Amino acid sequence: MIELAGLTKQFDGFAAVDEITLTVATGEILALLGPNGAGKTTTVRMLAAILRPTVGRAFVAGYSVTEHPREVRRRVGLLTEHPGLYLRMRGQEYLDFFGRLMGLSADECRRRGRELLARFGMPEAWEQRMGTYSKGMQQKMALVRAMLHDPSVLLLDEPTSAMDPHSAKLVRDAILGLRHHQRAIVICTHNLAEAEALADRIAIIRRGKIIALGTPAELKTRLLGPPLMELCLSHPVDGIVKLVSDLVSVEAQGEDWLRYSTPAPQQANPRLLHTLASHGVGVFTLSEVPRSLEDVYLRVVEE
Amino acid sequence: MVAIPARMRAATGESSRMVLTLVGREIRDTLRDWRIVWPIVVLTLFFPALMSFVADLALNWVARYGGAPIIGERLLPFLLMVVGFFPISFSLVVALETFVGEKERRSLEPLLATPLTDAQLYLGKTLAAVIPPLLAAYLGIVVYLVGLYLFKGWIPPLTLLVLVVLLTTAEGVVMVSSAVVVSSQTTSVRAANLLASFIIIPTALLVQGEAIIMFYANYGVLWWVVLFLAVVDIVLVRMGIHTFNREELLGREIDELNLASLWRTFWGRLRWERWFFGLDVHRMPGWLRWVGTLGGLYGRDVPAILRRSRLALVLVVVGLLCSIGIGCTFAARYPLPPDMLKLDHVSAATFTDLPAVDWLPAFTIGGVLGNNVRALLLAGLLAVFSFGTLAVALLMAPLAIVFFFVAQAAHLGYNPLLFFAAFVLPHGVLELPAATIATALAVRLGATFMSPRQGMTVGEGWLWALADFIKAFVALVLPLLALAAAVEVCVTPSIVVWAFGK
Repeated sequence: MIELAGLTKQFDGFAAVDEITLTVATGEILALLGPNGAGKTTTVRMLAAILRPTVGRAFVAGYSVTEHPREVRRRVGLLTEHPGLYLRMRGQEYLDFFGRLMGLSADECRRRGRELLARFGMPEAWEQRMGTYSKGMQQKMALVRAMLHDPSVLLLDEPTSAMDPHSAKLVRDAILGLRHHQRAIVICTHNLAEAEALADRIAIIRRGKIIALGTPAELKTRLLGPPLMELCLSHPVDGIVKLVSDLVSVEAQGEDWLRYSTPAPQQANPRLLHTLASHGVGVFTLSEVPRSLEDVYLRVVEE
Repeated sequence: MVAIPARMRAATGESSRMVLTLVGREIRDTLRDWRIVWPIVVLTLFFPALMSFVADLALNWVARYGGAPIIGERLLPFLLMVVGFFPISFSLVVALETFVGEKERRSLEPLLATPLTDAQLYLGKTLAAVIPPLLAAYLGIVVYLVGLYLFKGWIPPLTLLVLVVLLTTAEGVVMVSSAVVVSSQTTSVRAANLLASFIIIPTALLVQGEAIIMFYANYGVLWWVVLFLAVVDIVLVRMGIHTFNREELLGREIDELNLASLWRTFWGRLRWERWFFGLDVHRMPGWLRWVGTLGGLYGRDVPAILRRSRLALVLVVVGLLCSIGIGCTFAARYPLPPDMLKLDHVSAATFTDLPAVDWLPAFTIGGVLGNNVRALLLAGLLAVFSFGTLAVALLMAPLAIVFFFVAQAAHLGYNPLLFFAAFVLPHGVLELPAATIATALAVRLGATFMSPRQGMTVGEGWLWALADFIKAFVALVLPLLALAAAVEVCVTPSIVVWAFGK
């Protein structure tokens, strides 16, 4: 659905996006993660055929962003970083305006608009002037605008910024609901938990380049090493490290606990438990030490 | 009748629908802003009514002191023009913030992400900015006329009414289209407002000129003004569409004057690569490098400049052909007395003992060369401020004068071809191509504002045109002009004396 090959954008000799190559399949959600100024918004603007790439190719929904920008824009729904609403308009007029520009009839605009506003829990916004909306409502209205024409590609730049937790959850659920076998979604976000919760794959961008790309689990394994397990014993045991060192790689230890890493916990853990049991060592708990995407992100970005 | 293909009709219909959707939204938004609606109401209803009342008072006052009907005859049409102009004056407020205002409010990006093309966006915004003030202006005219009809029973002649309506419309479109161009090229409403002086001052001067013409009742001249403004309208709208760049609009955050970047761009266009018929010029000995430098300049760069300027060259040549026609036409209309052009008395002294006239250069090689260089540089300067038109006019003027005299010579019984061959051709064969090339490059300097090259900003395009102008001027025009000046001073007089003297 989305194909980028060597996509580059330069402003006055400065490469805001530097040879990005990736694909996003239909039904997939990709999160673009990166610090401010990393090139996320510029990438999204190129995908929306607003900015023209300096070098490289980008195909969105089968159309080249440079050869057929209008066709691309017809098929893309863009949630911009700022809602950018016309505050003197009512919700109904606003959605009718954008719907018409996207080629919908007045009836379609009304039907789709009401349906989406109801889905986001703000049906009253239809009649209200947008100047009276809260920040969260404005963001949701911008999201409705992006989804109004049922686009096959959704580009969401910070979709839940400025939202209260309840609204943010509503929007996240809606995004997951938008996952469709004929739709690709790209999300730019600083919110790591959101990226982990929503995205099938994550691309971490820094200084215009993709420095890491993969599923959240792949990224963790690749960048933080194999899964880390924590074993708590029922009582302190001398020589426990010696007992398990043939099976796993011990990272840290205490009197009645130890942490070890293993690339294949499915095989190593049962063997370990069997060994401990055969030596009469009681196991209180065995669990994986949670490692956040934040650790991955910070490591990659700092490197 | 040619049938329009259904597909084309559908595309046009779709395009119009998009533009009208944008226009409708913009106008609704404008009319919801009381800061805009209030002046519209005042200038449209109150001010014209006041004008008709004042006109009535003035006419009654004049009538009481003996009467001077000419005052009424001139005052009423003048005020008609004024009530039409006042409402369109605030069109600038709307037009100046069309793009940059949306950018500041951050509502531009969603609009740019729609399938609207650049031309549709530009036209939609321009129409939305021009329609309310124009309707207000027409309504103001109606209020004024109704008031005058009630007070004085005055009905304007239809041609005068049409003239004022057209004048008002053309002025409105000029102001709005130029303001929209400003709005699309700046990064803040504040900067756009500052640049509005470049629209307000010329418009104020124009209206003052129109007022004077109105008082002279020389309405024929005002029709020419309407025609002139219509041409300016077309040029500005075309310029607006061509210079509209959604990328620049969105990408640029501050109007920073980056001299180093400007210099890099200019220098990059000014320099050229060494070349000499495929030889490896970098391996040439140091003392032969100049061969590669000259080879690159004359073998590659100058021909490339001329190829880039071919459209401008065609335009200049057409202008020159027109000037031949103008010269001949004027010669037929204003024939010189026979004793003013006596070529039988031409001698070598005729050229050396030329009467001292301040504005004519000394008839020396330096004098002639200096004059030509000055004129062509002035053409380049004027071109920048006139989209290239004044540069062509500056070249057409002397050629029209030359052909005026060629035609006069024919009227007086001399062979015009011999006259041309003796007086003009010897140096003209060098001077005319040099002047044509310099003028064509000057035209590019001005025309770049209207139609920048694909993928370039207006600034980049202009710096490229400036680099081409300087390079071709130094490498080609200057040597040709120097040779021409030498021939004009040393050879042409001898040929003239040989051909015509005794």
